[in-house]
Amino acid sequence: MLKHHVKLEKNSILLLIFIVITISVGGIIQILPLFRTETTIEPVKGIRPYSPLELAGYKIYLREGCYNCHSQQIRPLRDEVERYGHYSLAAESMYDYPFQWGSKRTGPDLARVGGKYSDEWHVQHLTRPQDLVPESIMPSYKHLAHRGADLEDIAEDMKALRIIGVPYSDEMIANAKLDAYAQAADESDLHEGLEARYPKANFRNFDRKVTTTEMDALVSYLQLLGTMAELKDYHPAPATGGSK
Amino acid sequence: MDTISSKPDYNDEIVKLFTIATIFWGIVGFTVGVFIALQLAFPALNFGEYLTFGRLRPLHTSAVIFAFGGNALFATSYFSVQRTCRTRLWSDGWSLFTFWGYQFFIVLAAIGYVTGVTQAKEYAEPEWYADLWLTIVWVTYLVVFLMTLKGRKEPHIYVGNWFFLAFIVTVAVLHLANNVAIPVSLFGTKSYPLWGGVQSAMIQWWYGHNAVGFFLTAGFLGIMYYFVPKRAQRPIYSYRLSILHFWSLIFIYIWAGPHHLQYTSLPDWAQTLGATFSVMLWMPSWGGMINGMMTLSGAWHKLREDPVLRFMIISLAFYGMSTFEGPLMAIKTVNALSHYTDWTIGHVHSGALGWVAFISFGAIYHMVPILWKKEGLYSLKLVNMHLWIATTGIVLYIASMWASGIMQGLMWRSYDEMGFLNYSFVETVMAMHPFYVIRALGGLLFLIGGLIMVYNLVKTVKGDIVTLKTPGRETVNA
Repeated sequence: MLKHHVKLEKNSILLLIFIVITISVGGIIQILPLFRTETTIEPVKGIRPYSPLELAGYKIYLREGCYNCHSQQIRPLRDEVERYGHYSLAAESMYDYPFQWGSKRTGPDLARVGGKYSDEWHVQHLTRPQDLVPESIMPSYKHLAHRGADLEDIAEDMKALRIIGVPYSDEMIANAKLDAYAQAADESDLHEGLEARYPKANFRNFDRKVTTTEMDALVSYLQLLGTMAELKDYHPAPATGGSK
Repeated sequence: MDTISSKPDYNDEIVKLFTIATIFWGIVGFTVGVFIALQLAFPALNFGEYLTFGRLRPLHTSAVIFAFGGNALFATSYFSVQRTCRTRLWSDGWSLFTFWGYQFFIVLAAIGYVTGVTQAKEYAEPEWYADLWLTIVWVTYLVVFLMTLKGRKEPHIYVGNWFFLAFIVTVAVLHLANNVAIPVSLFGTKSYPLWGGVQSAMIQWWYGHNAVGFFLTAGFLGIMYYFVPKRAQRPIYSYRLSILHFWSLIFIYIWAGPHHLQYTSLPDWAQTLGATFSVMLWMPSWGGMINGMMTLSGAWHKLREDPVLRFMIISLAFYGMSTFEGPLMAIKTVNALSHYTDWTIGHVHSGALGWVAFISFGAIYHMVPILWKKEGLYSLKLVNMHLWIATTGIVLYIASMWASGIMQGLMWRSYDEMGFLNYSFVETVMAMHPFYVIRALGGLLFLIGGLIMVYNLVKTVKGDIVTLKTPGRETVNA
C-alpha cells in the first residue's frame, strides 16, 4: 500500500483526482435514488402549491429566519404525535423550496399549527409574544403589521418556481396578484376562483386592517400549515423487506 | 537552485492579512454569539426588525465558521504550503485576490442576513449572487494552492497538504451542488433552489454535515499536521496511520449527512446508511487525534513549558471527545432524544470552540512572531491565561447545554400516571432559563480569552523589532 501511495504523494493532480473520486461515492449513492420520486414521496391527497398570498407568507417565514427556532417535521414518536398531531409526510413539504424541517426546537414544531389558534391570536402573538405566553422567549415581529405585503410581483416568484417544477398553471400565474389581494379580504367576487385554484385556502382579512400587510401573508401561511393533507384517507404503504 | 540551508522567499504578507482577518472576525463572531446567547436568556434583547435572534443566528454561525474559520484556514494553508513545499506561494496577485474577494463575500453575506436576504438553509444562507462570487474566489484558492503544490521543491506532498487539498476541493463540490438556484429576477436578491422538500433536505444535510467534515475537520486537520509536529519539533507519530485515516476519513464523512434527518420523512434506508457511516466515522476521527497526540511521545515535558503547544493538544482532546459524541448522537435511539434540543448545540460547540478555535489559536500564536519577525510572543503567561479562561468557558458552555438539552428532551416525552403529557412546551422553555444564563457566561469567558489574545498579539507585533538573525531560525526557535 505504502509503495503505491507514493505515486499520489508525488503528483498533485493525481491526488486531486483520487480525492474527488473518494468523496463522490457516498453522495451519489445517497442522493441520486431520491430523485426517483415514486419511492421517495408517497402521494397524499390534498397537497397543492402555495397560493400567492401563502407564498408571500412563506417568503416572510424564510426572511425572518423562523427555521432557526421552529421545526416543521413531526417525528413518528408517541409524544410528538400526541403533542403536535400526525407525523409529517414527505409529500407535505414537496413544494417547499427549500424544505423548512428545521433542526432545533427553541420554540414548538409548526408543521401542523394551521387552524390550532385564531387569526387574532397569531397577530397578537407575532406582535408581542409575551402578551399571550408570558414565559415565551420569542422576539416581537410587530414590523409585519405595518408593512404592506410584497404582492405586486408575486407572479414572478411563481414563474421561477414553475421552471423548477412546481405545477403552477397559466391561469394561476395570470391571476396571481388579484388572488393574493382577494385572499386577504373578507368578501370578494374572486373567492370562488381562488378556492377552485387553491382548495382549502383560508380567505379572510387576517389582521383586520384595511391594507394587505405582511402580517396577513404570514398568518395565511401559518394557518395553512399541516392542513392540506387528507390524513383520514392516508394509509401508509405496508413496510417492505422486514417485519414491522 | 535552493539548498536546504537557504530559505525561499516566502509570501508572508498574504498570511499576515489573513491572520489579521482571522482575529478580527473571530472577535466579531464570538461577540455576536454571546449576544444571541443572551437573547435566548433575556428575550427583551431582541431589538427591532434587524437584530432579532432569527437574523443574528446565521450572522453568528457564518462569522465563526466562514469568517473566523475560513480566514484561519487561508492563513495557515498559505503559511504551511509554502514551508512544506519550500517554494513561494503561486501568484502574489491571485492570492491577494483570494483575500479581498473572500472578505467581500463575508461582508456581502452579512449584510444579507441582517436585512433578511437569505436562502434559509443553515450554513448556506447567502443568496445566489454571493454564492456566485464565492465560487470565483474559491476556485482561485484551489488554483493558487494547486499551483503552489506543483511548484514544490520537495519530492513528496506533505500530509497536511492532502488534508488542505481535500478540504478545498470538497467544499467547492458541496457549495456548487447545494446552491444551484434560479433567481427570480437578475436584479433582485431572491432565488429558489432547484431542489425542494425531501431532496432539498438530503442535499442540504449532505452539504451541512460535510461543511463540518471538510471545512471544520479536514481543513483543521491540515493545520494540526503542520503545526503540532512543528511546535513539538517531533516528526508526526505515524505515516502509515496518516494514509489510513486520511482516505477513510474523507470516504466515510460524506455519507454521514442523513443523521441530521433521523425519524423524518427522508426514506428510512438513507437514515440508516447515514447512522451506520456516522458510527464508522469514529475510528478515522480518532486516528487523527491519536496521530496528533502521540506526536508528543518522548516530548511530553514540552506541554509543561509551552502553552501554545498546550492549546493544540487540548484542541485534539476536544476533537476526540466530540468525534466520539457525534457517532453516539447519530444512533437512532439516542437521536430521538437529542435531536431538536440544545444537546446538539453543545456538541457543535465542543467541536467548534474546543477543536476548531483552539487549534487556530495555537497556530496563530505560533505564526505571529514568525510573520512579524519577532523573537517570540509578548507574554506566554497571557497565552496560558487565555487557555484556561477559554477552557473554563467551553466547559460551562457544553455542560449547561448537555443539562438543558437532555432535560428538555426528557420533559417532552414525560407522561403522568394517567398517560397524559406532563409538560406544555413553554414549561420546557422556562426550565432552560438558568442553563441559558450559564451558557452565555461560558461564551463570555471564551470571548474574554479572545480579547486577551488580541492584546498579547498587538503587544507582540508592536514590541521591540528583533529581526530573525539567521534564515530558517524559525525552525529552531518557534
